[in-house]
Amino acid sequence: MQVVVDLTRCQGYAQCVFLAPEVFHLHGEEALLYDPAVPDDQFERVREAAAACPVQAILLGEEVGSGGR
Amino acid sequence: MTADTLLERITDYACRPDPYPLYAELREAGRVVRQADGSHLVGTYHEINALLHDPRVSVDPRHGLVRDPGLSEQEQLPFLILDDPAHHRLRTLAMRPFGPPHSPGRVDAMRGQIAELTGELVEGLRDRAEFDLVDDFAYPLPVTVICRLLGVPREDEPLFRRWSDLVVASADVQPGEEAAERARTGRQARVEMGRYLVDLAEQRRGRPGEDMLSAFVNEPDPALRLTREELAETAVLLLIAGHETTVNLITNGVLTLLRHPDQLERLRRDPGLLPGAVEELLRYEPPVHLRRRVPLVDLDIAGSVVPKGEPLILVIASGNRDPGRFRDPDRFDPARVDNQHLGFGGGIHLCYGAPLARIEARAALGALIPRLGAVTLVEDPPPYRRNAMLRGPRHLPIRVGSL
Amino acid sequence: MAGDPREGRIVVVGASLAGLRAAETLREQGFVGSLTVVGDEPHPPYDRPPLSKQVLLGHAAADGTGLPMRRDPDAEWRLGVPATGLDPLRKRVLLADGEWLPYDRLLIATGTRARPWPNPEEAVLDGVFTLRTCDDAGRLAERLAAGPRRVLVIGGGFTGSEIASACRERGLEVTVTERGPAPLVGALGGTLSKLAAGVQRAHGVDLRCGVTVTALRGDGMGRFVGADLSDGARVEADVCVVALGAVRNVEWLADAGLAAGPRGVACDAGCRAFDMYGIVTDDVFVAGDVSRFPHPLFEYQLLSLEHWGNAVAQAEVAAHNMVSPGPLRRPHLSLPSFWSSQFGLNIKSVGVPTFSDQIVLAQGTLEARRLAVVYGYRGRVTAAVTVNMAKSLEYYQHLIETAAPFPPGPGAADRPLAAELTLPSDVPDSKKLSHGPTVALTGHLPDRRLTVVRHA
Ligand SMILES: Cc1cc2nc3c(=O)[nH]c(=O)nc-3n(C[C@H](O)[C@H](O)[C@H](O)COP(=O)(O)OP(=O)(O)OC[C@H]3O[C@@H](n4cnc5c(N)ncnc54)[C@H](O)[C@@H]3O)c2cc1C
Ligand code: HEM
Ligand code: SF4
Repeated sequence: MQVVVDLTRCQGYAQCVFLAPEVFHLHGEEALLYDPAVPDDQFERVREAAAACPVQAILLGEEVGSGGR
Repeated sequence: MTADTLLERITDYACRPDPYPLYAELREAGRVVRQADGSHLVGTYHEINALLHDPRVSVDPRHGLVRDPGLSEQEQLPFLILDDPAHHRLRTLAMRPFGPPHSPGRVDAMRGQIAELTGELVEGLRDRAEFDLVDDFAYPLPVTVICRLLGVPREDEPLFRRWSDLVVASADVQPGEEAAERARTGRQARVEMGRYLVDLAEQRRGRPGEDMLSAFVNEPDPALRLTREELAETAVLLLIAGHETTVNLITNGVLTLLRHPDQLERLRRDPGLLPGAVEELLRYEPPVHLRRRVPLVDLDIAGSVVPKGEPLILVIASGNRDPGRFRDPDRFDPARVDNQHLGFGGGIHLCYGAPLARIEARAALGALIPRLGAVTLVEDPPPYRRNAMLRGPRHLPIRVGSL
Repeated sequence: MAGDPREGRIVVVGASLAGLRAAETLREQGFVGSLTVVGDEPHPPYDRPPLSKQVLLGHAAADGTGLPMRRDPDAEWRLGVPATGLDPLRKRVLLADGEWLPYDRLLIATGTRARPWPNPEEAVLDGVFTLRTCDDAGRLAERLAAGPRRVLVIGGGFTGSEIASACRERGLEVTVTERGPAPLVGALGGTLSKLAAGVQRAHGVDLRCGVTVTALRGDGMGRFVGADLSDGARVEADVCVVALGAVRNVEWLADAGLAAGPRGVACDAGCRAFDMYGIVTDDVFVAGDVSRFPHPLFEYQLLSLEHWGNAVAQAEVAAHNMVSPGPLRRPHLSLPSFWSSQFGLNIKSVGVPTFSDQIVLAQGTLEARRLAVVYGYRGRVTAAVTVNMAKSLEYYQHLIETAAPFPPGPGAADRPLAAELTLPSDVPDSKKLSHGPTVALTGHLPDRRLTVVRHA
């Protein structure tokens, strides 16, 4: 599973960092960095993070050609 | 009835079970609706959201034209009602032992504990023919969690509950004569509660535990240390906010699911919907209904001017039901997409404890849902708490075994 | 092109952010015909912003930034094969393998590539890199992990600054050269570029402004060892990253008769491409970094943006319009917005900061590195930039959208005293910079050749 954050919308609320700290990180006070390749054991947490993002900036899904069809 | 009595009607205890028709009336009446008492109500989503992000809109009651005479300029206030930069500094310091960037894994690490606690509470309900969801489950869970987190003895609950009730009552949006008296007793309770919490913190000085009070009082860097007054206000804020709100989310959750058996069944079959369901509850039945603001300059809101210093009341629970933002807003849909609700507010004061509240609510509903199939509500609507701002059932009596 | 626009054949050229989002939107909007996406890179669509951030820091793998799909667009993916020509009359795209792909409607989403070092012999030295693709990022990350003694970054734009930030965080010595007076000056103007310069130096970057690199040096065995600067100085380094901005991928359109040039492919507000005479086409659409489009808030000048958010928004509008009859089409009007994270700062902008003559520090302070700067042009608000204050940006976005007067009214609780003062915005001529700007106003002419045609 892959994740991408629309950082144009993101306002640095860090809800995602709280809920999936292995995938999302704050760099300094507000800049969000994350690993786009989500390990299987983090999938549930990232799904929670995506639901919790106050500006709905997190998209979780399969990449093209991953056979996830 | 005219629109300028809406606030009175909204805060009238009789409408507590269902304020939503009044909110619809508010949205119909305009973007900003002036009340007979001089305050201005805002109930549409886009306007509320814009005001939450507007740096010219203050949360500090001392900027109001009409203000509580007991409130002094020098008094330390909790960051909930302070503006930037003071708010930012305190929130950032309070965040250090709780969340990112300093403690990113802290709340995540509590999942195990929360699951365990939830399990114990559910276990306690087993074999009961009838129970009160509030007293037996939805209240003890967040209280225990916030006590452990802060480092407050759980046994002291009767003590701080009394203070907390007074503080919360004084913060409510309730027009009327007793307001000044409520403010006075509320302030008194805040002071006593602050003293109690600072004393607890002092006991940990030099002997830190894992809790947040320990972290605050043992901060080695003087630049990052809270003053005694700041510590008192912050600790009071966290203890109150940490247990007066989540209880409503869990209770509202169970109530809503019991009123929507089809959705309950859907969630039982697909637990993957749970995170979305919690967000939908925060939209559909949010624990916090009203927030207060003060404009620092004359504000033009969708063509109406709200003069500087006049009270602004954001009806966030109404914004959550605004058909101008949400399709079919009065429908409870756990699979709703594009759910940017206002349940936790927005902008710089967005709820500090939201991740914790979410984890608690998910754990609680996740554990209860499998058992809700065979229960019924004893009373619908249930009895509500008085507070209009923090709205939720006082009790939710439930009978096990249908008919 | 009679018939239902939701049927027929659509070809998308460019299989990256804009191409993928357009393909998904086509299906979302009910397109049931055949859909082919052509991309010259062998990889499925992936995200580029992490390449200069997480990937260089070692927090993410270079080949792990694949973009998640919103829905499977049920497309035929022709990856690893470039389009080399377009025959708009017969409505077909030529692929490098000789095949002609017929289309009813075409979307051009070929983006940009990194501007290479101008001297080809020096550019091929081992240790000299550019950064645009995941393969670039993989090679560079590997080299950084090996612990070079010093990294030279040529160009102090966003990408160059982010690379320098990653190097410092990895504990590597780094020199940044910038022809302009300070980093980011081309994007943010004078005041914030000084802040950026201060931040870089405070993080230990050896920052050299007002200089150019005149030559890259090899060791005689093809390995990069250092560079000569215009001020006579010499920088010894093992790795060099050329971050001189981007070049639009328009060469394949050379003979297509479209308004395609170095600044991109010009299109109308509905994303329809112009031909070289400024006549709008109705079957060729453009989206993403390769496009130039008119914006009403910026005097209808054609904007060319290298912004992630624009690629998404424009792809959605283009796709919608490709399958909608005329009256149901939508304009692409979203405000330009951009973010960059570097040296622990979250820098976000909305509007066009270079379209300005004055600025004001509206919230926060430079010292705290937490602030909002508002840009104005002839008395109205045209842009805003926040540093670690993203939650305020929405408010300023609203001011730009409503063409609010500049300077903005007072009232912010954390408004500094400095807000009384408007300063010149100090945006230099982009020709005097090393880094290409990531947002440019490119005038009203759809095509440079148009003037040639007129005078001929
Ligand atoms: C290192 C880096 C960091 C960035 N950071 C940020 C950031 O922080 N914030 C931000 O807003 N933006 C950032 N961007 C910009 C952002 O990534 C782009 O705006 C975005 O990728 C544009 O998408 P696109 O699909 O229009 O173009 P591209 O991503 O350039 O994709 C175009 C695709 O078309 C392919 N192609 C080209 N010619 C042909 C042809 N003839 N035939 C077939 N295929 C062809 C290309 O190989 C490429 O795969 C960054 C970019 C880079 C490189
Ligand atoms: C479901 C449960 C909760 C809800 C619905 C809720 C709701 C809110 C809302 C709406 C605000 C914004 C107030 C405003 O803008 O005026 C807020 C702020 C706040 N909340 Fe919560 N809250 C919940 C749980 C918690 C918990 C568990 C904690 C503590 C651990 C907490 C701590 C705070 C604090 C400290 C603030 C002030 C933030 C600031 O001013 O920056 N809340 N909450
Ligand atoms: S929760 Fe959303 S807004 Fe907050 S940091 Fe994560 S992506 Fe950004």
